[in-house]
Parts: sequence; structure tokens; C-alpha cells
Amino acid sequence: MKKFQLILALCMTCLPAFAQQGVDMADTMRSEGKIYVVVGVMAIVFTVVLVYLVLLDRKIGRLERKIRNRAGT
Amino acid sequence: MMRYVWKIAAALLVYYSLVAGLTGEVPRMAILNETIRNIYFHVPMWFTMMALFLVSLIYSLKYLSGSSPDHDLVAAEAARVAMVFGIAGLLTGMLWARFTWGAWWVNDTKLNGSAATMLVYAAYFILRNSVPEKQKRARLSAVYAIFSFSLMIVFIMVLPRLTDSLHPGNGGNPAFGSYDLDSRMRAVFYPAVAGWILVGLWILQIRIRTRKLENTVSI
Repeated sequence: MKKFQLILALCMTCLPAFAQQGVDMADTMRSEGKIYVVVGVMAIVFTVVLVYLVLLDRKIGRLERKIRNRAGT
Repeated sequence: MMRYVWKIAAALLVYYSLVAGLTGEVPRMAILNETIRNIYFHVPMWFTMMALFLVSLIYSLKYLSGSSPDHDLVAAEAARVAMVFGIAGLLTGMLWARFTWGAWWVNDTKLNGSAATMLVYAAYFILRNSVPEKQKRARLSAVYAIFSFSLMIVFIMVLPRLTDSLHPGNGGNPAFGSYDLDSRMRAVFYPAVAGWILVGLWILQIRIRTRKLENTVSI
């Protein structure tokens, strides 16, 4: 009886694992694959956008100062 | 100092969502598979759009109570930046729909509602451009902005909940119930939303300052 209970308990613990195996996920890509390359590419894209925003921000700041100085004199 | 802090926060939050969003653990679901990660990138576009339309609404109300041309300028520019994020939301949603629902466009209440919202706001710009007189234009478009914001709430928040929708959380219960988004995903999703909203506000600030410069130069 005890043995049977043990087997039953073991089977139960396996159930979630079986349920998960049915769905395809890119596990290999992340464990040993190249998902970090994708992270890197997206980070670069976002960095480029950010740098552009910063440059615009600074350019507008310079223009604002220029106009403020001109108005002051 | 405070002038830069929120911009740095915007960058860090989005960077975090990029890394954690692609490498973090997500629930395993059939059909969705890895595309569930799109929640971190597609949904923040809509949240940012709604936040910016809210800014537009607030400044329209401010204009109506004070008639300051600056408030009209902010309202118009906020709606303009919101449209950009709305377009991003539509395009990312279409690509996602193609591979999970099977078509670029399906007859779903939320999809049609968001498209209708964009059209309603397109009319806002047409209205603005068709009134040459500045004060009249500002007053008319401020009133219309209240109307269009209310329509947006109905189109993308109310109607999809009343009928059936392919989007999770619609057709009855509110979105982001425990079944839709588990805690691991929330830890990435909310920072992503906050980050993108801040990025949207940054772009808005740049646009407002540019318009103000234009105004001072043309006087």
C-alpha cells in the first residue's frame, strides 16, 4: 500500500512536466542559443532612438538659450 | 537635475523591459507560444497612446477654462504624438494577430474600436487644419478633444467588455486578472508601460519646445 502511494505521488509530481512538454517554446534558443543577440540588436535599436532624442533635446536647448539671450540684449 | 532624471528613468525602464522581456520566464501557452512576450512591447504602445490622449484632454480642458494658446499647443501636440504610438500599436498588433489569430485583421471589437479611435482623432487634425482663425480653432478643437477622448474610452475600454473579444480580459471581466498575467510578467509589464509612457512624454516635450521656438521665430 505504501509503495502504491509513493508511486502515485511520483506520478502526480510528473504531471505538470508532461503538460509543459506539449507546448513548443524556444528553450534551446535561450539556454545555449542566440537569444542574447536579439536582446542586443533591440537594445542597439533603442539606443539609437535614445541618442537621437538626446541630440534633438540638446539642439532645441541651444536654440532656446540663443533666443533667450537675443531677447535679453 | 530633475530635468534629466525622468528621461534616464525612461531609458532604464525600457532597457529593463527589453532584456527581462526576452529572457525572462513566461507561462507556456498553446498557440501563443513565445509570442506572449509581445505583451511587453505591443500593449505599452496603447497605454502610451491613451496617456498622451489623456494629456491632450487635460490641456483641452485647461484651454477652455483659461484660453491660453500654450494649452492649445500642448493639447494638439499630445494628440499628434499619441497617434504615432497608436500606429505602432496597430502595426505590432496586426503582425501578432497574423500568427496567433490567423489573419492580419480580424473582426474583433477591440481591433475595430482602436481603428475607429484613430479615425476619430484623425478628424481632430482635419478640424484643426480647416479653421484658419487661431482662437476659434483652439476652442473648437478643445471641445472636440473632449468628445473624442470619451469615444476612445467607449471604443477600447467599454465596448470590448460588453461583447466578445479575442483580446484576453474582454467579454466580461476586466483585463489583467490573475488568469491573464502572472506575477512574473507583471514585474516586466508595468515597468515597460511606465518606461514607454515616459518616452512618449519626452517626445511630446521635444515637440512642444520645437513649436514654441517656431512661434517665437515667426513673431
